[in-house]
Amino acid sequence: MAVKISSSPMRVTVSLSGEIDHHNAAVLRMEADEAIQSKLAPNVRLDFNEVTFMDSSAIGFVLGRYRIVESYGGNVEVINLTRRQFAMMKLAGLENVVKLKTKK
Amino acid sequence: MKPINKMILKTDSRSINESFVRICVSAFAAQLDPDIEELSDVKTAVSEAVTNCIVHAYPDKVGEITVKVFIYENRAVKIIIRDKGRGIKDIKKAMEPLFTTLGGERAGLGFAVMESFCDKVSVRSAPGKGTTVNLTKTFVSRTYENE
Repeated sequence: MAVKISSSPMRVTVSLSGEIDHHNAAVLRMEADEAIQSKLAPNVRLDFNEVTFMDSSAIGFVLGRYRIVESYGGNVEVINLTRRQFAMMKLAGLENVVKLKTKK
Repeated sequence: MKPINKMILKTDSRSINESFVRICVSAFAAQLDPDIEELSDVKTAVSEAVTNCIVHAYPDKVGEITVKVFIYENRAVKIIIRDKGRGIKDIKKAMEPLFTTLGGERAGLGFAVMESFCDKVSVRSAPGKGTTVNLTKTFVSRTYENE
């Protein structure tokens, strides 16, 4: 499975894996949104630790989740980004709306 | 300049082929011994171009995508991605970051990403005539300090 979900009352963590492109984003979106919308947790974490490739579809994916979480007053953070993934998200201006964290 | 090697690939504009095409192109470009970052640049740029064919060129049918790759002695790679789809009315506008005709979850960053990962991106297109995207990248010469 491409998405693993863990949750506590305050936080839903969506752990993504594999390659995020336009083709794969559709499934990731469905699985992530099901978890996000059933919990409505104030903090949603998107964990990129196991993501091996991304193109701009991943940026659309993060923006889409941000819009949902923002609509009920929550916030989104994206964690475990490689330097390259971080740079792409910055290029898109994502840091203005979500918290971006690189891998240690 | 004459290429030292070339390959041509034709495939249907099915989204499952996005990964197939980018992997093929990067496997071919690997002959020039780029580093991992450079190869990721190629993969990402190709993924954007192929996605454009699938979502924009052939929005409601399956068409053909042709990908040609040339490699050169100076460690340059040229990738030509061509479709016979709907074409682009205003290329300059299409290439603007964050511009998208699709809304939804398309970020409008396809061309911006291609431009940031390639040395040169050029686009030829006309409505009804399809689109050709040229991507060029020269890999930096390697220095083998430990050898």
